Amino acid sequence: MSLGSGLAKGLAITLRTMTRRAVTAQYPESQPELPPRSRGVIGLFEENCTVCMLCARECPDWCIYIDSHKETLPATTPGGRDRSRNVLDRFAIDFSLCMYCGICVEVCPFDALFWSPEFEYATTDISELTHEREKLRAWMWTVPEPPPLDPAAEEPKEIAAARKAAEKAAEKAARAAESGAAGPDAGEGSG
Amino acid sequence: MDWLDVAVRVLAVLVAFLVLPLLVGQLEHKAMAHMQGRVGPMHAGGFHGWAQLVADGVKFAQKEDTIPDGADRLIFRLAPGVALVPYLVVLIAIPLGPDGMVGQAVDAGIFFVLAALGVGVLGSLIAGWASANKYALLGGLRTAAQLMAYELPLLLAAASVAMAAGTLSLPGILDAFEWWWVPWQLVGAFVFFTAGLAELQRPPFDAPIAPEEIIFGAYTEYSGLRFALFLLAEYAGIVVVSALTAVLFLGGWHGPWSDQLGWLWTLLKTGVLCFVVIWARVAWPRLRADQIQKFAWTVLVPLALAQIAFTGVIKVVTG
Repeated sequence: MSLGSGLAKGLAITLRTMTRRAVTAQYPESQPELPPRSRGVIGLFEENCTVCMLCARECPDWCIYIDSHKETLPATTPGGRDRSRNVLDRFAIDFSLCMYCGICVEVCPFDALFWSPEFEYATTDISELTHEREKLRAWMWTVPEPPPLDPAAEEPKEIAAARKAAEKAAEKAARAAESGAAGPDAGEGSG
Repeated sequence: MDWLDVAVRVLAVLVAFLVLPLLVGQLEHKAMAHMQGRVGPMHAGGFHGWAQLVADGVKFAQKEDTIPDGADRLIFRLAPGVALVPYLVVLIAIPLGPDGMVGQAVDAGIFFVLAALGVGVLGSLIAGWASANKYALLGGLRTAAQLMAYELPLLLAAASVAMAAGTLSLPGILDAFEWWWVPWQLVGAFVFFTAGLAELQRPPFDAPIAPEEIIFGAYTEYSGLRFALFLLAEYAGIVVVSALTAVLFLGGWHGPWSDQLGWLWTLLKTGVLCFVVIWARVAWPRLRADQIQKFAWTVLVPLALAQIAFTGVIKVVTG
């Protein structure tokens, strides 16, 4: 491309862009449409937490604080053993340290931590960025439901397992019905 | 000339000097933003950020005015004034409309205007020298080299118009103006406008400022109000160069109903040229320092000389 046509092209492109509408979204006036897995803030679903401490240990910033105590449950059957379990006393995430890597969410074996796209929690006091369990629970209610799978995607593991079990049971029942029709005194398939 | 008349003229020039550069600055904010698919300032003042430059001014006024340890303090403080005031002086001599609608009609108007313009560029040079900073010095020297290279085509192109009109007075040139001067002096107009752009160190001729290589050239050490004065000088320079191009090459106040609306024609032509200055900044990348020199000496100077020869031939033939 010669020099002159390049210069003319530059002028033409800028002028054409000027006549078009800008794509800018004016944030405080118009809220952004965030994708479902946006990393805004972490919500805690307390009932699922077993105080296994995996999240706190895996956190690269060490910004998760967990306190707990052990509680003994009396045996439910006579002569049985007493059970002990962990009770959560404190669960806090310091978002002034958090680097939003999401390792805690990934590592939680019991699905107690979730990403929420809420992001407007800036404060003028850094200590308020440590969100205690009540606040983390409140964030939980802002977690959107997971997006649907792609049409051609493999089905989720738990659904696959449930489906397999159901299919097996149906097959068994069908076989039982068949053998029942052939001879009711065969005595098979009643269990 | 009575005192009231002088006061009104001086006041009008001062108001133009304070308002027009800000309008150009705001135009640059918005036009550049939209050319890049953005919207630019939207909040200051409420309506599409009209008060953004006022807010900028308040911010600059609040900032600390620092002077480097090794700096030549007097020169360092003086430089922004040297850069800014000449443009105010030039504005006095630029005719706005017919029949003496001009701050002060100077007989050798072109000489006066071009000499004052050159002084304005000196502001950057002494700022760079006085800053005691190698980047500022590099920027200042590039400014000086650019001034040397582009002053010549600027003068030659202006001389061509003066030859055509047979006078050095700006109102005189406009009185002699005919519409066919525009195609006749087209090459001269290109040379004058381009060289003016280069003297202002506006993109694509902003190698003396070049933030990516020499911080901010001669203005590296400046902060607060003094820096704001340099910025204001840049925009005042755009207004002055655009107005001069409009007056010398595009017929200034000439146009339909120029008896009443002459001033509007001058402002309109100046505004369009200001827009072109901004447009060039957005569309084109920066030239290297050596490319800038090469462009001046191998393209603009020969073109300007050819224009002078052409003007002379036509002048002799039409007698």
